[in-house]
Amino acid sequence: MADIVTVGIADLKTVKAPDTLATYALGSCVGVCLYDKEKKIAGLAHIMLPWSSEAVQNIENKRRYADTGIAELIDLMVSQGASAAGMTAKIAGGAKMFSVGSSVFNIGERNIDAVKKVLAGYGIRITAEETGLNFGRTVFFHGDTGIMEVRSAMRETKMV
Amino acid sequence: MSIQSIEQLNETHIDVLREIGNIGSGNAASALAELLQCPTRINVPSVRALDFENAVNYLGGPENIAVGLLVNISGDISGMMLYIFQEDFASRMTERLFGSRIKNLMDMSEMESSLISEVGNIMGASYINAIASLAGMRIDVSVPMLTADMVGAILSVPAVEFAKVGDKVLFIDDSFIIDDSEIKSNMILVPEMRSLDTLFGRLGVSV
Repeated sequence: MADIVTVGIADLKTVKAPDTLATYALGSCVGVCLYDKEKKIAGLAHIMLPWSSEAVQNIENKRRYADTGIAELIDLMVSQGASAAGMTAKIAGGAKMFSVGSSVFNIGERNIDAVKKVLAGYGIRITAEETGLNFGRTVFFHGDTGIMEVRSAMRETKMV
Repeated sequence: MSIQSIEQLNETHIDVLREIGNIGSGNAASALAELLQCPTRINVPSVRALDFENAVNYLGGPENIAVGLLVNISGDISGMMLYIFQEDFASRMTERLFGSRIKNLMDMSEMESSLISEVGNIMGASYINAIASLAGMRIDVSVPMLTADMVGAILSVPAVEFAKVGDKVLFIDDSFIIDDSEIKSNMILVPEMRSLDTLFGRLGVSV
């Protein structure tokens, strides 16, 4: 029997096949799904902000940030037997929920940008992306197949 | 000493914010009564510090669809206010003025969304005017920005702001009595911490 493991905001978790990871209602946050196909180990981080270096204070939760969050997720997966070199990534979220110009509201875009830079730094290839635009997304990341299932309120579910 | 995060607010601070909320809600009730052309009262609002997960769950869970209205505050204090209107609240407004409920929150007509924006505008201005007149401040509010989507996704916008300064947000429950039946709305206030110092300073409350 496969379980569904929920990842909260600014949190990260891993599962092995046949379990599934889920994170609900990503807005400007980005869901980063990492998968080791050989070992069938899946990881999901719910990233809230781009860079830990920009934190004013309150950086005790390193999982919030793209750089420190992804680093921790990779370490966790490696400690469970995954190989960093064999990982691929799928990402979702980073929407702009309110349509105005100021930088606060482009946080989604900045999150996507930071996530991509961090993944590139580790040499991890992004094989699917459901990002940007202006709507919320719920992500299920299936540990047995590495398929990312993206649901939104008014749109068809995507399996990528 | 200065306030660094919402967690540091004590009972006195919360009481002051509740009193501001009370005056603001009173103003909002009068303005709503005028807009809706019917008797409108309001109960004393509750003001709490909640973390993200609790706020989302309180609003019906991450995937619950609701309307979010975001107002930016600038001037002597700055921050953002986010109103969350559940489907019932929004529909009660349109029912009252247009005679029909909203069929789909995520596909509102222009008339529906401008009415809901106007309600948000009225409520936002009422609160802000209460703060401004009590504390003798000049505060400007932006035109509200409206979206309808999953509550969790909407709340990620203020969440990003409050994550910089703490894990909690000021969560205000309003309960209106319109035409003898109760409806609720919620507001999330994300002040810049500097602004809270300024506000309490002006009101003579020690921080």
